[in-house]
Amino acid sequence: MSARDDILATIRRSLGVTGREPTRRDVVEQRLMRSPRGLIPKRADLPPAEQVALFIKMAEAVSASIARVASLDEVPDALAGFLRAHNLPMALRHGEDAIFTAIPWDRQKTLEHRSGRSDGNDLVGLSHALAGVAETGTLALVSGNDNPTTLNFLPDTHIVLIDAKDIVGDYESVWDRLRSRYGRGKMPRTLNFVTGPSRSGDIEQKILLGAHGPRQLHIVVVG
Amino acid sequence: MSAAKHPRVALFVTCLVDMFRPSVGFAAVKLLEEAGCVVDVPAGQTCCGQPAFNSGDRATARAIATRILDTFEAYDYVVAPSGSCGGMLKSHVPELFADDPMQAARANAFAAKTFELVSFLTDVRGMREVNASLAATATYHDSCSGLRELGIKRQPRALLKSVTGLSLTEMGDSEVCCGFGGTFCVKYSDISNKIVGKKAEDIAATGADLLLAGDMGCLMNMAGKLQREGYGERIKVRHVAEVLAGMTDGPPIGEADHGAEN
Amino acid sequence: MFLTTETFKENAVEALGNEQLQRAMHNVEAGFIGKRKAAADRLPEFDQLRANARDIKNHTLAHLDLYLEAYEANLTAAGGLLHFARNSEEARSVVLDICKRVNARTVTKGKSMISEEINLNEALSAAGVDPIETDLGEYIIQLRGEHPSHIIAPAVHVLKEQVEADFRRVHTHLAPERNLDEPESLLGEARAVLRDKFLKSDIGVTGANFLIAETGTSIIVTNEGNGDLTQTLPRIHIVIASIEKLVPTLDDVSQILRVLARSATGQDFSVYTTLSTGPRRPGDPDGPEEYHVILLDNGRSSMLGSEFQDMLRCIRCGACMNHCPVYHAVGGHAYGSVYPGPMGAVLTPSLFGVDKAGHLPNASTFCGRCESVCPMMIPLPKMMRHWREREFERNLSPATFRAGLSVWAFFATRPWLYHLATRIGMLVLGFAGKARGRFSWLPLAGGWTKYRDLPAPAGATFQAAWAKRPRT
Repeated sequence: MSARDDILATIRRSLGVTGREPTRRDVVEQRLMRSPRGLIPKRADLPPAEQVALFIKMAEAVSASIARVASLDEVPDALAGFLRAHNLPMALRHGEDAIFTAIPWDRQKTLEHRSGRSDGNDLVGLSHALAGVAETGTLALVSGNDNPTTLNFLPDTHIVLIDAKDIVGDYESVWDRLRSRYGRGKMPRTLNFVTGPSRSGDIEQKILLGAHGPRQLHIVVVG
Repeated sequence: MSAAKHPRVALFVTCLVDMFRPSVGFAAVKLLEEAGCVVDVPAGQTCCGQPAFNSGDRATARAIATRILDTFEAYDYVVAPSGSCGGMLKSHVPELFADDPMQAARANAFAAKTFELVSFLTDVRGMREVNASLAATATYHDSCSGLRELGIKRQPRALLKSVTGLSLTEMGDSEVCCGFGGTFCVKYSDISNKIVGKKAEDIAATGADLLLAGDMGCLMNMAGKLQREGYGERIKVRHVAEVLAGMTDGPPIGEADHGAEN
Repeated sequence: MFLTTETFKENAVEALGNEQLQRAMHNVEAGFIGKRKAAADRLPEFDQLRANARDIKNHTLAHLDLYLEAYEANLTAAGGLLHFARNSEEARSVVLDICKRVNARTVTKGKSMISEEINLNEALSAAGVDPIETDLGEYIIQLRGEHPSHIIAPAVHVLKEQVEADFRRVHTHLAPERNLDEPESLLGEARAVLRDKFLKSDIGVTGANFLIAETGTSIIVTNEGNGDLTQTLPRIHIVIASIEKLVPTLDDVSQILRVLARSATGQDFSVYTTLSTGPRRPGDPDGPEEYHVILLDNGRSSMLGSEFQDMLRCIRCGACMNHCPVYHAVGGHAYGSVYPGPMGAVLTPSLFGVDKAGHLPNASTFCGRCESVCPMMIPLPKMMRHWREREFERNLSPATFRAGLSVWAFFATRPWLYHLATRIGMLVLGFAGKARGRFSWLPLAGGWTKYRDLPAPAGATFQAAWAKRPRT
């Protein structure tokens, strides 16, 4: 018997089932198909504007920094201002997401921006988030050519653009977006929930920022 | 005389009170009578069976529990001056009979009428204050079973507040185990010592001159450690029932009875 | 197999005498307890979420065969490869076979307790593959040749001076005069050393906190980002997980995620929660080309339907050990097993046999603090007691202890004899202890009086005095 069949057989023996019971199969099928909602904390059950405010508050509480701009037109100035303030070179790398072609880069002519994945030599990565989750100040980033996953982890500084209207209350709202974009039961290769910059408490339980991932997380809320 | 007004209460005295600290039993009787109860001490009682239960000897635990169900059947309430024995009687005795439908009903009925002393006084009898006085600064240790199995935390503090002359000061980590753990304290005495050593430091750090708790096992453990570590002169140890009953003339736990040397 | 649970008592005595360990253990209490409580208090729905999390896992376990089949189908549809492993050896050989096929030289690793359980590093080294732990705590203990002493803070037993010494010993390519006084500089050094390893790694191995049946997804929850670098950069990503990590849907896992970090580190949410579904897709500029999941049983399927089934709800947050007075006293290594603390005291006998791990479920005061903080509401003391019952049934408890217990039981079931014996016994003890009110030493009470005095009884038992009381 294969390991697979052996394990399934032991599970069924232990549970006293055959695996063919129609009611059990139905219960499982229904749950997978309907994915019933659980309890969603009231904390984030807010009108959209307040959700944005909560998102910002929670993200700042986990040491992310935030800039807010009215439109994409203001993004180059916001990025350049951040880089200057942190003594960073005027260079960043991003993916092929349409948002990056919509940014009027020529407003900051000294700001160099290249596209593609990171090989570990970029100091600053720029991503566009699928969504932000207000309840914990969490960003949801999806892998692919638009926003390569390496940009989320290799650069020392990670800057993330998020449209204010993409800020939702809870994780469940992110599942809704994924299901409508990829189809039920389907997922992007990688979904990264990011809540603040990388950290470790492994030396004497003292929390230090910048373990293996980015030392800084800067979020630009657009709109 | 209605049962509700003057219920018949059986005192489950517990083995440690029976053997080591009879004064707690008398204090419990006094408090129960002050709360309007008619108190009896069934002679057929021995132990709650926890040593067997926690050692994995379910058969013995059941044999003892069966006797308990018989002995205490006739009473309106069963009250024990201990959260640990109270937890055994209230939570675990029904567990022992879960697979025995005949006894399960009896065990559940028994559990429903069984209480730890102080929470019985406040939560069932509605006692808000006691008529007692003691000039002392006390700190209260929350014994684990009482705290986590029976939810005893505010009840003893509420009644202690009404003791004239007594002030309460909280120790750090009052909800952390004292390291007694029944047979644990002798089977793993080195670990137990580390835990009770830390507890003794927490108690000493309050500056209190009186340590109170609701369980003789924990009290003997903490008293023994405080005395061994040289805190015995400063910090006296008593069961909370003695203070609430105003029966603090006798010697504290682990002290000689200098008034009775005849 | 690294298993020294049989010498738990000796391990404990050694740990209690280890001054560095004792200093380090203060960090557990200071670093976890207050933060967990604050995080729980900030979320009014916390206890309801715990109950939901418990119910979700109970439901999953009751239908585990079917959810595993659904997971398998969805994972396969996403291009992932699933390998079942009955035991550690089978799990190791899946990894070794992959290493061999691609001629791997180095394997970077995210933190995984299953990897510890199956002793993967030793097997890799023996096969000529270099396993590199990348979680800072795991990296530290790998340098020290140790095993984790805590399931989420593997190096919690190590002081920063010890880390500095280890780094100086191993990182010989760096300037000897460099300053490593502060934890920040230690972290910076580990980051730089490991960054290079990430970029050159052939295979990345991670664990999984959850597997989602609905989508065939594996989830890792981390703070450092090492797990993501481990799984994103190499050509092959191998996930090793045990069968009980299954959760039906994304909605279900969000309930459990809401209690995980809060219980573990007191964060509302960990920094990185990463959901991985299959290998690199067409057009993806990064990510692994192969995505393997090894599903380990190792006796878990037999725990289903038994009195230990509830243990399979465990999400490895570490809250039980963070709140355990015994763990605080002796640290994780004394348990002599992969899993320390209360959850280990229940799980280790399941995995390695109660005849070898019998001390663990006994070395508990049953204070119940572990159960009170467990996000999955696992009745840990109750299950430790079940192990004691199994031991008792199998005559595995020490003979002297059993003898004592049966003498006591003889009296406890015979009230009149009991009262007679206690009456005489207490009279004798009361008389002997009258002058001082306590004993510093007493025959047969050495376990007690070695460290504390024994209060002397009053003399007369309560029952005797009650029988003689003046009646009105």
